[in-house]
Amino acid sequence: MFAFINALPGAVAQGLIWGLMAIGVYITYKVLDFADLTVDGTMCTGGAVCIMMMLKGHNVWVSLLVATLVGMLAGLITGILHTLMGIPPILSGILTQLALYSVNLKIMGKSNQAINVDKYPLLVSLRNVKKMPIFQNTIFVSALFCIVLIAILYWFFGTELGCSLRATGCNPNMSRAQGINTKRNIVIGLMISNGIVALASALNAQYLGFADINMGRGAIVIGLAAVIIGTVIFEKIFKNFALKLLAVVIGGVIYYVVLQAVICMGFDSDLLKMLSAVVVAIFLAIPYWKQHFFAKKVTKGGAENA
Amino acid sequence: MLDVKNISKTFYPGTINEKTAIDNLSFHMDDGDFVTVIGGNGAGKSSLLNALAGTWLVDEGSIVIDGTDVTKMPEHKRAAFLGRVFQDPMLGTAATMGIDENLALAARRGKLRGLKPGISKAERESYRELVASLGLGLEDRLTAKVGLLSGGQRQAITLLMSTLQRPKLLLLDEHTAALDPKTAAKVLETTNRIVNEHHLTTLMITHNMKDAIANGNRLIMMSNGKIIYDVRGEEKQRLQVTDLLKKFEEVAGSSSMSDKLILG
Repeated sequence: MFAFINALPGAVAQGLIWGLMAIGVYITYKVLDFADLTVDGTMCTGGAVCIMMMLKGHNVWVSLLVATLVGMLAGLITGILHTLMGIPPILSGILTQLALYSVNLKIMGKSNQAINVDKYPLLVSLRNVKKMPIFQNTIFVSALFCIVLIAILYWFFGTELGCSLRATGCNPNMSRAQGINTKRNIVIGLMISNGIVALASALNAQYLGFADINMGRGAIVIGLAAVIIGTVIFEKIFKNFALKLLAVVIGGVIYYVVLQAVICMGFDSDLLKMLSAVVVAIFLAIPYWKQHFFAKKVTKGGAENA
Repeated sequence: MLDVKNISKTFYPGTINEKTAIDNLSFHMDDGDFVTVIGGNGAGKSSLLNALAGTWLVDEGSIVIDGTDVTKMPEHKRAAFLGRVFQDPMLGTAATMGIDENLALAARRGKLRGLKPGISKAERESYRELVASLGLGLEDRLTAKVGLLSGGQRQAITLLMSTLQRPKLLLLDEHTAALDPKTAAKVLETTNRIVNEHHLTTLMITHNMKDAIANGNRLIMMSNGKIIYDVRGEEKQRLQVTDLLKKFEEVAGSSSMSDKLILG
């Protein structure tokens, strides 16, 4: 129990960073209805770019910005594979993801690049989760990133372009009939999503103190877990778009806290990824099961009110 | 207003499923024409509409809308000239967005969508009046998600959306077919009101011959991807359902007439 409480701040910090990443997943998976597997690659690319730039002496904010832009580029590639070359969504993402593995290796020069928190002005670090002034505390900084991002996205998805993006994901036929270029919108959505994931990756690499070629493996599953946990728990109370995004971040935190609890209970850490996959599979199945096995009695009377 | 010259479209060419949906069809519509289209299943009615809307590009021929050649224009660009209502009530609206948001999307058809607010306060007020004109009581549920509405309500909203930006050509693809008779009549009534109010050039597919005769100033009948009958004005007004049935027998033989047409 003590070990768990001791590890709790770290789990919350990780959860917030992955919650940020999950917002990116939310945009493709929920808003655009596009299961984008690019993120497994982007979740490493962002960190690799950021760490390498900082090691070369660049400013941390510039490094974060460039990492985000490179992530957007990865999204652009997946978008082109899908819209211009007609490759199905999942395959487009897998192709980019595979290519990114090589790109990530080339960026880093080797499979792992460490960065020392004492020598570089890192924004977040696992050393900064406890006994730190609030403004330098990693939990505070990560939470701030989430809130600012949610505010920006809330504004964006209320604009004309943002609305057309939501319509594209909801009903592409209707969108085209209303003059919306659905292909372009899918590309824009993928770019935004992967930009966010790369930003989260850059923060994650700073937090861990290194970028590693395998740090993105299974990222989509963790992102989906956060999205699904957040949605399932809060769907009844959070109707507003900003709150829905907040639910996703909280979903990420819950995921990491539960994960930490499981680890503290002595669960074999080799099996963690399998556990994640099982949890996500079950949560994905719940809506389907609800519909087929636990169908509620239908409330009639719609026709009279039509 | 609309000039269609010698268009053809063949699906799955060179395979056993080869199907000529439109066969060297030419067709002209004057400004303000309200044309009803009838024909059996597979006659090419929906294909004609899809060709005009740009759902796919035609193999041959040209389509000119109000002086603009749109033959090669992609669907979303062509939308600037067109209003469309589909047969399936689910197709015309974004279910997860509000009534007001759907209308706001439609109000920007053919315009550049930038970073201005997706819907303004003034707009929302104007939509309240517009929606009230439908007489469905939806004006008090303006922010309700469209997915919560009935099929008839959704078709009525789609109709508003398709005409919010005055289209050069309004395309109605059996837009009352999926509704119960009472709702269908109401949606058709609304259609006529909007079309007359704005003097819209309209092409309406229907499988109901009575509707085809009662609405519009011109009627065309299609068979095998061709227009086989074209009446307008007084001649159309004198038409009876039996006349149309006879016409069908002439071209197709009574055996190939679809049940849908007889029952309609």
